[in-house]
Amino acid sequence: MELVEAIILSVLAASTPLLIAATGELVTERAGVLNLGVEGMMIVGAACGFGGAWLSGSTIIGALCGIIAGMLLSLVFAMMTLGLAVNQVASGLALTILGIGLSGLIGAGFVGERITPAPHLHIPGLTDIPLIGRILFGEDPFIYLSLALVVAVWGFLYRTRPGLVLRACGDNHVSAHALGYPVLRIRTLAVMFGGACAGLAGAYLPLAYTPFFIPGMTAGRGWIALALVVFASWLPGRLVIGAYLFGAVTILQLHAQGAGVGIPSQFMSALPYLATVIVLVLISRARTGGSTAPAALGTVFVPDR
Amino acid sequence: MLNSTPDLHSSETPLLQTVGLTKRYGDFLANDRVDIEIWPRQIHALLGENGAGKSTLVKTIYGLIQPSEGEMLWHGERMVLSGPSEARSRGIGMVFQHFSLFDNLTVAENVALGLDGKETFKDMSARLEQVSNVYGLPLDPKREVWQLSVGERQRIEIVRALMQDPKFLILDEPTAVLTPQEADQLFIVLDRLKTEGRAILYISHKLEEVKRLCDTATILRLGKKVATCNPKAETASSLARMMVGTEIKEVRAGAERKITVPRLVVNDLSLEPDDPHGVRLQHISLELRGGEILGIAGVAGNGQDELFAALSGERLSQDPGTVVIEGIAAGQLSITQRRKLGAAFVPEERLGHGTAPRMKLSENALLTGHAASGMVQHGFINTTATLRAVDRATEAFDVRKAKRDPEAASLSGGNLQKFIVGREILRNPAVLVVSQPTWGVDAGAAAVIRQAVLDLAAAGAAVLVTSQDLDELAEITDRIAVMFHGRLSQPLATSEASREKLGLLMGGSSLEKDAAHAVGA
Repeated sequence: MELVEAIILSVLAASTPLLIAATGELVTERAGVLNLGVEGMMIVGAACGFGGAWLSGSTIIGALCGIIAGMLLSLVFAMMTLGLAVNQVASGLALTILGIGLSGLIGAGFVGERITPAPHLHIPGLTDIPLIGRILFGEDPFIYLSLALVVAVWGFLYRTRPGLVLRACGDNHVSAHALGYPVLRIRTLAVMFGGACAGLAGAYLPLAYTPFFIPGMTAGRGWIALALVVFASWLPGRLVIGAYLFGAVTILQLHAQGAGVGIPSQFMSALPYLATVIVLVLISRARTGGSTAPAALGTVFVPDR
Repeated sequence: MLNSTPDLHSSETPLLQTVGLTKRYGDFLANDRVDIEIWPRQIHALLGENGAGKSTLVKTIYGLIQPSEGEMLWHGERMVLSGPSEARSRGIGMVFQHFSLFDNLTVAENVALGLDGKETFKDMSARLEQVSNVYGLPLDPKREVWQLSVGERQRIEIVRALMQDPKFLILDEPTAVLTPQEADQLFIVLDRLKTEGRAILYISHKLEEVKRLCDTATILRLGKKVATCNPKAETASSLARMMVGTEIKEVRAGAERKITVPRLVVNDLSLEPDDPHGVRLQHISLELRGGEILGIAGVAGNGQDELFAALSGERLSQDPGTVVIEGIAAGQLSITQRRKLGAAFVPEERLGHGTAPRMKLSENALLTGHAASGMVQHGFINTTATLRAVDRATEAFDVRKAKRDPEAASLSGGNLQKFIVGREILRNPAVLVVSQPTWGVDAGAAAVIRQAVLDLAAAGAAVLVTSQDLDELAEITDRIAVMFHGRLSQPLATSEASREKLGLLMGGSSLEKDAAHAVGA
């Protein structure tokens, strides 16, 4: 039983950065922008988040540094793809390369340092309930924040007028422009939100997951977050399922390796990535009918004036 | 709610007046000092060829683009619009030609996006139902737009505009995509709006329609206003002359054509769509003989694109015998193999389907011509031959371009279409399948293309023309069949295919059933 509890706790922790980053990317893509630079924004968020926390001694300041770093990097992307109408795929890949380099530079001074990880919630009585107590009431604050974020994004997209306008920009930017909506401004804001989420997701890794910074510590999580958005068919609710599923694969393969299952460890470590590929293939095969990808996703828009 | 009480003084100043309105893009004058007056209780037609500046003018009036010079007066006072939402708040509504709708959103969401969001979604939905009932434009607010027909989509646009209670409504080619019956229903609504005291600016290519509906007409040519007249006092050909500036050559059918052997036969062709929004082709059969021109009418999106893909070989059919070209079962043959049998294809979309936009004309000529001409020798491109092909098409079809071999995308719509049609016809095909041959093409180029199609048939080829323009089909075809929901009707002889009969078929009724009704009554 203790093992089950431990597994669930570590699955939640492993899933949270995926969920936060994917939620941000979902909003960006719903506005019609494909930002492939999630990995780059995450790793810069991790470096800056750790740096902020190490220098200030505060997890909150660390998280804020991660958010701001991700947002600034996403602004570079917005300037290129929205301001200068550069190809989004190429810009996104370039952003990842830039982010990886930049994080190494920023984080160079912090390698080998340790910080106090983010405190876990403790409600006397509730947290002490056996089995479910720690899972429901004893997590780090980011986990609750990530779930609140998904609910907020869902409410924004489907229950508010600005959310409707954002979805409209992603469906048909020509129509949205013709009706008088500032397509490029809305998209810039969506890209910045995506950047902020990616930065926070990256910062989660050194702030709560492992209390130190190593270069390349995002280890492809940004790419998994991208795949998750497709897996969720751009619906926030399904994102939660997807993120926890991928988190579970990541953790279970570790335990399987620990238990000495006779499969090469390299294969087991590749499982989450393999699962990403398989899910992407299955989804693209099973796609039918209406609400799939935002119709204007990844297309360049230049308004006529 | 619809409280536009007629203003007693409205007849003294125009509702909207443009004074010397000019829009410049670099050296190009899209609008050149255009003066136009819009009065309440009038339907005002705006006529002109493609590129005459109609869209630029209405976009300026709707606040989408800023004029370079000149001004607009609204109720006699100077008006500067910061954007469409300001135009809407002043009472200017617009129904766009290429609908400004969002396919993956519901009807109610689409309407909400066109309003200014001051009421709750629930109130708005209630008002939507009310307005759509008052005007007899039924809509289901919960459905997503991609599921709706073109006519229903236009209804959304009109209801959305009416919900702002506009004093002035602009309609950009509203009937281009409607069946004749749907257009008649629209005219009833427009007449009613007029009697309510609203002003309407009506853009159309269809001159008979303008004569019937409109009180005033302004004609634009090359960005300039050439005339304002009463369309009811003009003839269709006098209006056309003002639009084009010269007489348009009449298309001549020429001598009696000799109908020969079947060259294109389709046998019970059924095909599942390959995209979720596509149309399933169901049991399509037709026989087309040499010397014959068959027209396919129908509202866009009823399977015409899918049929074109099945005929051209972009999609293969299960059974090779469903498509027979020159007596050979071609259902499983590739596009190139079909071309080698003597078939030629002109798709609807000029840029991206008919040509590769960023490639030169000679390269585009090679792309369709390599199968059946000397353009490729021992695997190498013979550039002299490809350039010669461009020159031949240029000369025979009067293609106007800046240099000998420009990029396809740099040509105007009409000239590029002449080049594409010319490229295919000059290969002397036995079978020509052409989709929307003169869509968005100016009247002069349209006449050239139609004449070329007639001449090709006279030379013995079989021609299949898909078009939404019934006048065009009446002018050049021998028989007309109608596509509806992926099915093809029995062809009617063109001489017997009245607009009413075709309209019924385009709306999905069958003629036999209605005939039976008539007998019964």
